[in-house]
Amino acid sequence: MKTLYQFHGGIHPPTNKTQSTQTPIRLAQLPVKLVIPLHQHVGNCAKPVVEAGDYVLKGQLIGRPDGHLSSAIHASTSGTIAAIDMQPVAHASGMADLCVTLIPDGLDKWIELAPCDDWQSLPHTELRHILRNAGVVGLGGAVFPSDMKLYAHKHKIKTLVLNGAECEPFITCDDLLMRERACEILLGIEMMRTLLYAEEVLIGIEDNKPEAIAAMQAAVTAGGYARMEVIAVPTIYPGGGAKQLIRVLTGIEVAAGVRSTNLGVQCFNVGTAYSVWRAIRYGEPLISRVVTVTGNVAHPQNFDALIGTPMDELVAQADQLPGTTGYIMGGPMMGVLMPSMQVGMIKATNCIIASSDQLFPAAKPALSCIRCTRCADVCPAELQPQELYWFAKAKNLDKAEDYHLFDCIECGACSYVCPSNIPLVQYYRFAKSEIWAQEAGKKAADAARERHEYRESRIEREKREKAEKLAAKEKAAQDARAQRAALAAVPETGTMPVAAENPVQQKIQAAIEHAKLQAAAAKPKNTEQLTPHQLAEIADIEARRARVRELAKDNTEE
Amino acid sequence: MISALLVMAAIAGILGAILGFAAIKFRVEGNPLVAKIDAVLPQTQCGQCGFPGCKPYATAIAEGVADINMCPPGGEEGIQKLADLLGMEFKPFGGETKPKPKSVAVIDESTCIGCTLCIQACPVDAIVGAAKQLHTIIAAECTGCELCVPPCPVDCILMVPIAENLSNWKWKYPVYALTVSSSGNAAL
Repeated sequence: MKTLYQFHGGIHPPTNKTQSTQTPIRLAQLPVKLVIPLHQHVGNCAKPVVEAGDYVLKGQLIGRPDGHLSSAIHASTSGTIAAIDMQPVAHASGMADLCVTLIPDGLDKWIELAPCDDWQSLPHTELRHILRNAGVVGLGGAVFPSDMKLYAHKHKIKTLVLNGAECEPFITCDDLLMRERACEILLGIEMMRTLLYAEEVLIGIEDNKPEAIAAMQAAVTAGGYARMEVIAVPTIYPGGGAKQLIRVLTGIEVAAGVRSTNLGVQCFNVGTAYSVWRAIRYGEPLISRVVTVTGNVAHPQNFDALIGTPMDELVAQADQLPGTTGYIMGGPMMGVLMPSMQVGMIKATNCIIASSDQLFPAAKPALSCIRCTRCADVCPAELQPQELYWFAKAKNLDKAEDYHLFDCIECGACSYVCPSNIPLVQYYRFAKSEIWAQEAGKKAADAARERHEYRESRIEREKREKAEKLAAKEKAAQDARAQRAALAAVPETGTMPVAAENPVQQKIQAAIEHAKLQAAAAKPKNTEQLTPHQLAEIADIEARRARVRELAKDNTEE
Repeated sequence: MISALLVMAAIAGILGAILGFAAIKFRVEGNPLVAKIDAVLPQTQCGQCGFPGCKPYATAIAEGVADINMCPPGGEEGIQKLADLLGMEFKPFGGETKPKPKSVAVIDESTCIGCTLCIQACPVDAIVGAAKQLHTIIAAECTGCELCVPPCPVDCILMVPIAENLSNWKWKYPVYALTVSSSGNAAL
């Protein structure tokens, strides 16, 4: 029996999980259309590689990864690309982003896949390349490209933690996945272990999922995996947070700004392990995932649904009940309300809760903070939420940062217990994004300063170079004049004829003479053959000029 | 008596030598306050303050020549930061100086004649082009200073406010509608 550790705080909200675990995972129906956002992962938005009107097959690349930190996007089924445009996406902002709209042809025809029977023979770089091009990202919610996380120097990572805790109420997608597809999850975990050179694997599952624990344990025994352990962890929210689970399983505390890999631990979601296996063994890109549909529906259950499926079509298959006011993506603690019911589900969609007034009554009015510090008691990051609230509310951002605002994982435990119903997490999110914006502004200002200073110095340099050039020219001219004067002085003395001394000079002299003769020969044509009248006019003008010259002379003399 | 004086004089001499050495060795180039003020300014180099760039304005503030409320791109937050830094009172914008939404310059490519005047005006080298070649603005480097707008002989440069998008979207400050309860008391 492994020793388990504890993290600070935590809460026990009603789990509401049994509703959706009664039936096995059901394959969702093919929707009428799919709206697939091109930016579903952490990093750069994928670059579209198809055009409207193109016919694509299931699993065909439609967005290629752009830059180092990015991931690929694939067509979830075969059909025609109807549009590539801005559409509302599953994001808290409710704003539009670049999406590919795909109209399925109903054939669901796969592109030719490249399965790999013997993945052990492939170099690790090749395996990571496959994962990147298969668009595999973390399915626990962070959607960080998995290939980036599966890189480690030998003996650096000691422990690979697999997160099957699923602590948030209502969500059961990982539970069902572990119950039904344990073998494939373990095969994926073995791949991850090889890529990371990790010694031991710890699979953490909360003890409110006995079926999943049993299934995983049975699979580990059947597969004969060495140094792989399925561990039941106590059910407490937010025990499924990566840092909290690492703490419970290994006793290691990961501070803000520190990567767990530096402490010898890497953490993945069990769903990600399953996708890694499908991508490498069968060459299948990440085009579907298990989603819990629950809340105000007649038959809460889990669906294996295609990425891009409009949420309302998916919820309809679980028989949406009247009174549904909107959809929450994720759980009730950390989930976000969707801007519309039609947005397409994304790789991060682990759960869709049909919300109703009975299920989630309108928030009670927020009252003043009474400084009861219940929030501090439950904070898993050991922060002082009441102080953070105070500073965030006053927009005293520096102070909030001093109180370790960025250690906050936004789990919502503090808001849950707040007797004054203060939406604390909203204040922290506001403060965090405000600080990020300020930092971005500072960075831009620094870049602008550098560019401006460079420009100033360049202008200065150009000016200097011009002056130097001019001075050099002046000097050269002076030297030439001095030389000419010296040369002119030589014949006067009569000791040496120029011609004998310098044939080049002589040639130049000859050329000058020639030019002079030519110039003399070429008289202006309009002065030849003048009429007496014109001659008189010229004389007149000359006389006038002479007079003016006289006058000018007189004036200057005066 | 004499020995005491000599000892004191020797100590004074040694300390003086140390101080003199330190003054040369650890000499601070320029006014450090200017650099501090410059770090707070938004570096648009727009000249709206009446000085030719952020650094000259910072120098003027440090010398006490200029007020702290003359930088519209810095906004009221900028004034607040300057006030905190200098230990002064916050001073609101006066008269016509008002902060505008952050914008970026855009060249209408069908009108541009390739005169290079805007390139010469840009303080941060954010315009690319050559004589009789189409010019374009590197939006990521543009500070929105508007200095390129007046020199353009064909008025082909527009200032477009930066719209909110997914990459610069921010969580909003939580606000609630005031509702009047049945007893007539306003409640949050």
